[in-house]
Amino acid sequence: MDVMAVPVGYYVSLSAVIFFIGVAGVLVRRNPLVMLMSIELMFNAANLLFLAFARAWVHNAGHIFAFLVITVAAAEAAIGLAIVVTVFRSNKHVDVDDVATMKG
Amino acid sequence: MIVFWILAAIMLASAMWCITAVRPVYSLVALLLHFFALAAMYLTLNAEFLAVIQLIVYSGAILILFLFVIALLSSGVSPFSVGPDRLPRIAYPAVAAIVVALGFLTYALGGVVRPVNPTPTSTLGPVGTADVFGSVGDFGKALFTSYLLPFEITALVLMVAVIGVILLAGDQAPYVPSRKQAMKAQREMREAIVRGGD
Repeated sequence: MDVMAVPVGYYVSLSAVIFFIGVAGVLVRRNPLVMLMSIELMFNAANLLFLAFARAWVHNAGHIFAFLVITVAAAEAAIGLAIVVTVFRSNKHVDVDDVATMKG
Repeated sequence: MIVFWILAAIMLASAMWCITAVRPVYSLVALLLHFFALAAMYLTLNAEFLAVIQLIVYSGAILILFLFVIALLSSGVSPFSVGPDRLPRIAYPAVAAIVVALGFLTYALGGVVRPVNPTPTSTLGPVGTADVFGSVGDFGKALFTSYLLPFEITALVLMVAVIGVILLAGDQAPYVPSRKQAMKAQREMREAIVRGGD
């Protein structure tokens, strides 16, 4: 194991800031597409952390898990966009505050 | 080090642009910029395979999917006639949460602790050479030997997603908002037929 050029703590802080930007996007915006993009931001912040620690420990389990996260993000984006399209088909406009039909 | 700061600045600026842009297309462009900077940062972390995967899967597949949906939904009258964002009543608690969390984080990481120290699985080397840490060979060997079960679970997740999307948004998707609305639509259709309208 060698010393990284940039300490791991820097990556952790950057990842935390980007994650909270994503959280703020989900909380603040009402456009479902932008909310989904904010969720992608959060996924990527987590991925950056996985890769930073994988590099710090020269251990590729972090790479495998980042790969898994990318797969889950792809599935989530596909399903989320399908829900947006479905809601748009039935409601003719998309506002997440008006979508209460899933409450059961 | 200077590369890290440049990439971090690009990533933060584009992330902020992404969540504050008025039109979804601008958010998408900002997200694309963010993903490019992130892929470059993966390269500086010796993860060359994941950098390429990031570009192909995220920028090539997921963002294009977003773009398709934006183009599809924006074709008629503006579909996103949403009210003002929920900024005023959520901004202060959000900012407070961020500040508290980052303060906690920098406190916790004052001295970087390494509680576990696993044995390295591969050797470090310059990015681009064969069989060093993070190269395609290294990643593939780990994926198909030690981590075969997560790989299979990945396949299952993707299959479930494909089936779910087809059920939700396919051509014959039987989406009914609620039982009452379905009955109402049915009744209106029947009355229209009785009236003899076209």
